[in-house]
Amino acid sequence: MYEKDGERYFIVDGHVHLWDASPENRNHYGKGFIDCFYGYHSSLSPPEWVWPKEKFDKYTEQDLMHDLFEIGYVDTAIFQPTYLTEFFPGGFNTTDQNGVLAEKHPDRFVLNGSFDPRDGERGLEDLQRLVERYKLKGVKLYTAEWKGDSKGWKLSDPMAYRYLERCRELGVTNIHVHKGPTIWPLNRDAFDVADVDHAATAFPELNFIVEHCGLPRLEDFCWIAVQEPNVYAGLAVAIPFMYSRPRYFAQIMGELLFWLDENRILFASDYAIWHPKWIVEQFVDFQIPEDMQGEYGTLTPDIKRKILGLNAARLYNLEVPAAIPPPAVAAH
Amino acid sequence: MPTMTDDGLRAAAWHALSTVSDPELDEPITDLGFVAELTVDDDRAACVLRLPTYFCAPNFAYLMVADAYDALAAVPGVERVQVRLDDHFASEEINAGVAAEFGFADTFAGLADGELADLRQAFRRKAHLAAVDRVCGGLRADGWSVEELARLRLRDVPQSEDRERLCRRRRDLGLPAGPDDHLLVEDDGRPLAADELPAHLRFAQVVRVSIDGNAGFCRGLLRTRYGDDETLRSELKGGTTR
Repeated sequence: MYEKDGERYFIVDGHVHLWDASPENRNHYGKGFIDCFYGYHSSLSPPEWVWPKEKFDKYTEQDLMHDLFEIGYVDTAIFQPTYLTEFFPGGFNTTDQNGVLAEKHPDRFVLNGSFDPRDGERGLEDLQRLVERYKLKGVKLYTAEWKGDSKGWKLSDPMAYRYLERCRELGVTNIHVHKGPTIWPLNRDAFDVADVDHAATAFPELNFIVEHCGLPRLEDFCWIAVQEPNVYAGLAVAIPFMYSRPRYFAQIMGELLFWLDENRILFASDYAIWHPKWIVEQFVDFQIPEDMQGEYGTLTPDIKRKILGLNAARLYNLEVPAAIPPPAVAAH
Repeated sequence: MPTMTDDGLRAAAWHALSTVSDPELDEPITDLGFVAELTVDDDRAACVLRLPTYFCAPNFAYLMVADAYDALAAVPGVERVQVRLDDHFASEEINAGVAAEFGFADTFAGLADGELADLRQAFRRKAHLAAVDRVCGGLRADGWSVEELARLRLRDVPQSEDRERLCRRRRDLGLPAGPDDHLLVEDDGRPLAADELPAHLRFAQVVRVSIDGNAGFCRGLLRTRYGDDETLRSELKGGTTR
């Protein structure tokens, strides 16, 4: 819970990790991957929030609990697993690894699973096992993940549809999709989000949360989201721009509010890439610059409350404390 | 063949590299800080390219390496060219593929099902839309209505860098860019009607926001990875031969 100027905010961090990218658990691709994350971290964090690289490679359970819940204002955090076993032999952060912590603090975490359609029939069984074991309500998918000779997959692949169908049957309704530079096929746009469009149309009962709101293809994402009411924007990676490039962040927010609306945008820190404390504080203080308000309007406490927690609470059936005012009926 | 000093050749090589753009960001690789080294001696030009991250998309990386190679090869007085991409997960394949003129599909056999022409075209269209937004944003701020914009010809747009850029992007796409041509046209050259404009311009805006944002993000990541490059750039551009 965060409180400022008499306004209270229920905070759901939609995207957190507890990873192991230490030298003992990575090959040279893994090193490139975590160096890239560290570049994001140090490029967009305020200097006082930049960690030494050794800590960023591998931090502790205590770090995470302290940073999110003791000082970071987070009420509930959603664990999004990222396996990446081709880069990190023991896994970057798998469902079972996250599950250990989530089961210790069931009131604090939502645990999401994952699947990879290239695992075929066996993977369908594994998915079922994970869902039954942890009562999952969501999965995080990483279409750019390498596997043997395959350097990526698409949500619209026939096998992916079978997995999504299984998710529907099992009540796993929240499909978080990380779009990153898929390596295959290389001659196309590596960040193409068109497969989300197909899957969202084919599975209207599922919610598709596109992490990083489709950046670096904001325009393609917005084009899809305006047509598919079950497509959501996850703000991980986008929201830290608020500190270093506030006008650009205002444009991203303005565009998202125009093409989607305030009910389909979800806050996420992507911890430990960024720390939720400064993000929550700065977002509550943030306003669209005056000269842009004519076009984009303003961010009201109600809009911020939805983005910071109420929208995710709706998708995951989380109980919102009575102290949090319900959103006013939006006047459209 | 006129003899050129190394300094003259260096300036020509730098200028040639400045015609190479990151197709995704629509800015010259020389402005973006992607040129890490440029060496010229006698008839040989060699450059090293670097990117903001180890996992930058390899297709765009390939295009920039290949374009840099072609640009240097076209400089009068340059007979031998070497372009090397550093610190990238696909450096080896890209460097070898471009040097041997394999073409993209053969460089990444099994990972690509064709050349990059369509990809390049898709990003030229985005660059064109972003240029439309820059010009029209200025006109709208000056009080022009959407209906008025639909009637405008290129000659009606005040001379500016944005207008020049728009004309270049139109020529890249094979679209007419003469003074009497309509300001606002579809990808096939058909002038847009007033009732199509609001949606067109709104999309052009989000394209521009996206491209500008990506460029800013990439510059920040490059700075984080390699430090501030202002000194390096003036050194590369200037007369000192390394």
